[in-house]
Amino acid sequence: MNDTIRRSAAAQAAALAAGEITSEDLTCAHLDRIRAVDTDLNAFLHVSEEEALTTARDVDARRSAGEELHPLAGVPIAVKDVAVTEGIPTTAGSKMLEGWLPPYDATLVATLRSAGLPILGKTNMDEFAMGSSTESSAFGPTRNPWDRERIPGGSGGGSSAAVASYEAPLAIGSDTGGSIRQPGAVTGTVGVKPTYGSVSRYGLIALASSLDQAGPVARTVEDAALLHELIAGHDPLDSTSLPDPVGAYAEAAHRKDVRGMRIGVISELEGEGFDPEVRARFTESLAQLEQAGAEIVPISCPNFRYALGAYYLIMPSEASSNLAKFDGMRFGLRVVPEDSPTAESVMKATRGAGFGQEAKRRILLGTYALSAGYYDAYYGSAQKVRTLVQGDFSAAFDQVDVLASPTSPTVAFRLGEKIDDPLAMYLNDIATIPANLAGVPGISVPSGLAEDGLPAGIQFLAPTRADERLYRIGGALEALLEDAWGGPLLAKAPELVSGAN
Amino acid sequence: MSTAEPTTPIVPVDYDEAIARFDPVLGIEVHVELGTDTKMFDGAPNVFAAEPNAAVTPTSLGLPGALPVVNRTAVEHAIKIGLALNCQIAESCRFARKQYFYPDLAKNFQTSQYDEPIAFDGWVDVELEDGEVVRVEIERAHMEEDAGKNTHVGGSTGRIHGATHSQVDYNRAGVPLVEIVTKPIPDTGGRAPEVAAAYVRTLRDIFRALEVSEARMEQGNVRADVNVSLRPTRQDPLGTRTETKNVNSFRSIDRAVRFEISRQAGVLDAGQEVVQETRHFHEDTGGTSSGRPKSDAEDYRYFPEPDLVPVAPSREWVEQLRASLPELPAARRRRLLGEWGFSDLEMRDVINAGALDQIEASVAAGASAQSARKWWMGELARTAREQDVELTQLAVTPGQIAELQGLVDEGKINDKIAKQVLVKVLEGQGDPAAIVEQEGLAVVSDDSVLTSAVDQAIADNPDVVAKIQGGKVKAIGALIGPIMKATRGQADAGKVREIIMDKLGVS
Amino acid sequence: MPSIGRDDVARLADLARIQLTDEEVDRLAGEFDAIIDAVASVSEVATADVPATSHPIPMTNVFREDVVGQTLTQEQALSGAPEAEDGRFAVPQILGEE
Repeated sequence: MNDTIRRSAAAQAAALAAGEITSEDLTCAHLDRIRAVDTDLNAFLHVSEEEALTTARDVDARRSAGEELHPLAGVPIAVKDVAVTEGIPTTAGSKMLEGWLPPYDATLVATLRSAGLPILGKTNMDEFAMGSSTESSAFGPTRNPWDRERIPGGSGGGSSAAVASYEAPLAIGSDTGGSIRQPGAVTGTVGVKPTYGSVSRYGLIALASSLDQAGPVARTVEDAALLHELIAGHDPLDSTSLPDPVGAYAEAAHRKDVRGMRIGVISELEGEGFDPEVRARFTESLAQLEQAGAEIVPISCPNFRYALGAYYLIMPSEASSNLAKFDGMRFGLRVVPEDSPTAESVMKATRGAGFGQEAKRRILLGTYALSAGYYDAYYGSAQKVRTLVQGDFSAAFDQVDVLASPTSPTVAFRLGEKIDDPLAMYLNDIATIPANLAGVPGISVPSGLAEDGLPAGIQFLAPTRADERLYRIGGALEALLEDAWGGPLLAKAPELVSGAN
Repeated sequence: MSTAEPTTPIVPVDYDEAIARFDPVLGIEVHVELGTDTKMFDGAPNVFAAEPNAAVTPTSLGLPGALPVVNRTAVEHAIKIGLALNCQIAESCRFARKQYFYPDLAKNFQTSQYDEPIAFDGWVDVELEDGEVVRVEIERAHMEEDAGKNTHVGGSTGRIHGATHSQVDYNRAGVPLVEIVTKPIPDTGGRAPEVAAAYVRTLRDIFRALEVSEARMEQGNVRADVNVSLRPTRQDPLGTRTETKNVNSFRSIDRAVRFEISRQAGVLDAGQEVVQETRHFHEDTGGTSSGRPKSDAEDYRYFPEPDLVPVAPSREWVEQLRASLPELPAARRRRLLGEWGFSDLEMRDVINAGALDQIEASVAAGASAQSARKWWMGELARTAREQDVELTQLAVTPGQIAELQGLVDEGKINDKIAKQVLVKVLEGQGDPAAIVEQEGLAVVSDDSVLTSAVDQAIADNPDVVAKIQGGKVKAIGALIGPIMKATRGQADAGKVREIIMDKLGVS
Repeated sequence: MPSIGRDDVARLADLARIQLTDEEVDRLAGEFDAIIDAVASVSEVATADVPATSHPIPMTNVFREDVVGQTLTQEQALSGAPEAEDGRFAVPQILGEE
């Protein structure tokens, strides 16, 4: 069984379909793994053993009754705690929501349930997805399975760590400025931020509405594609949900052919600030693709240098508004001050006690950026930069099929290393942010081991609604590199149990 | 509420005196709750009374993760209102978040429209009671959502003062509203209170004609915020205004404007400045009191609602809606005036009495316009006044009135009997014809019955008979009385007179 | 670029309804200028001729038909309430009126 949980989700699904294993056994095996390693990793905020086993048994029964099931039915999954789950505690990593049981399911959660994927539990994250290290979680940081003194990336460090450590074959993430891709890069896993609107945002606790996008976290490109196909699609409950039909992502992942593809290397995202070995793995990956028949073209996106500034105005502005509802009146934490409390003083006390430092920092920053007299200079200007960044993308995609850069400038840093330096922390998102501003899809796939023997990632970006291209190039590169490495990168990760602790 | 009134007590100036020395300028914001089946941004039912917090979805409750989606019918209603008010309809417009913290506001922001309203630059003609028409310019009409409802507990009579805590019901949260904002309304002089009330009444009638809202003031479907400012003369720049919030009846609007004019004149007379603030109207005293000052610290931090996409009504859609507009109240009044042949004065009385619909329906059911007017403006208006209800609330239908008048026109009953029949109809005894039948109230024109009654009367009143035969024909009246009494008023008076004269050989 | 001091942070915290300790006000006041400096570069290129983009993918006229959908029961609505009473959310006394 130890071997089974290390297989890809596609392989686990095949084993289920072939009757080699039951979903109940598979789910139990993952729950065992969680019990074994998660005390140390803290990837899960809540393990929903009962619910997962109920779903697993139900799927097994339906399968033996000969019912036609979704290809991923019975394959367990972990869900980032940003998605609301009816009857399963949901906190978004905040003290504000400790113990809250949502009365409804996020659309993507409802989709997972109806496809029969047992939900193992809810994964740790930076509070309200604000961070790049999972250290701002009110419930303690998640540790990187490659080095438990290091961060697993963020905000979705729980999902990436869970997948990297075989606690779950699949996980859901959400990416506002890189929160799926950067954790993927620093844990040696695959993460995809779909085109904005590809996956419903209904039931995702919003950080920044115009930037947030849920997506798959997996160990292989094919698995990410399968999960993306499941959770994508139009949702009438989300006004920004795309009405497009879902693409054939898994098929694209299987093609493994990049002949004739033109890959643009973003010159603004490979030089200064990027660690040498991270850059080396990036260059080697491109060389592999070139050898396989792709064409590498340097591309300049001059306005990307303003992207970080625009992002750290738009995101906090929208966040300051989205987080206003956390006031102790209707749900979640309520802190009542002693002297003749009023609604106003309770709101203030609750928000003072319930939000962590990063949340407070961003709410105040956003409040400032939207306040009278500053709107035009800050929020207004940032929205214009967004237009310029989109312009850079569309000019680039006139010349190339996909763009490439290292996903993150560095490998996983040490816990606590950047926690007191918000600006240094924000720089982790330098390569991932432009995609969110423009709504374009992005994938991070492992590019090899870099500084300190830790994993690095390469990011590909495609035009909006051309997510298939990411799976095509991702799947091809993954195959090329695994050939070179003699197996998946995660095989090189240290063992977490039996003495490793 | 926490803001104290100015320390020097202000003596309001007599209204006429205030008007003699100051020129009032109005500005009115009207909120109308749309009568859609569901809320503005979610599929919760839009219902007036339901179990608390049962007409909600995660969206109207502002739960984490929930998202809004715009109600198409609400947009159509908003466009229709814009068209009826002669507005331009935006080619594209957006929703924005108006941010402030308040417990009845589930998300702590109101989804509204800010600098991109769906309709703008319109006008509407308002007819005053004496027939004068005032054109009110419309600045904008925009879509937004209502808030929930706070109930204050522990204080006296549900007021916010002295309450220990409050209870919040979010059933109303998210109900679609259209807010209509006028440009400053100048040059109304002493008629400002009347203009304000008539403007809101005009809008109310338009909402009803468009069938976009039940527009019931007493249920808060239509709420008015009234801005008043004073300046020395019509040539001066606008003075500082106050905004009296949530004035919810035509009479209150009139009173609130009147009070503010007197009060502000008092403030200015005392050498003080009018404070720009919101004020609250008090039904009991007819006065207003200071609410929140509109300070600079108030910062709503508007920004485009990122969870919604722009509303860009195609010209085709707008024209389709324009073509579907029903006849509006002003046009209808003009048409009916022509069709019915009333005088201007009669028509205004009918409108002011709220009898237009009833008369129109009675005419449609077969009554003549004049007879319908006679009933609705006469007997029925008096009954409504006695019962202190609207004409529409009386237990009689326009169809019954037409039937009643039909009985009179056919000569089956006379006017006096008709009034008795009407009383019985109002008491719920049935339709007029049935009542006449059951109670045997039809006019007695059977000659034999009348002849014997006449014979009896002649026998009983020899002195009267002598007078008549002596040439005093007028004395016939003294015989008719007892005959009518004997026939319980059902005798046809003309016929009786004929028989008497015949019997007595006079002519 | 105006410098952001303790008073500004306190005012923003008030506007955002967040109670801060003196220590938090100090720290945030210390950080704010540097963060604002770092992001203010946006105004360099945000010239008048550049239109603003608020949605990454342009869409218009996304509507819902006016049909009642799935609603919460009163019990579900109140399930997360810190305090409920008479089917309503109980909240501390409200000062001032909007």
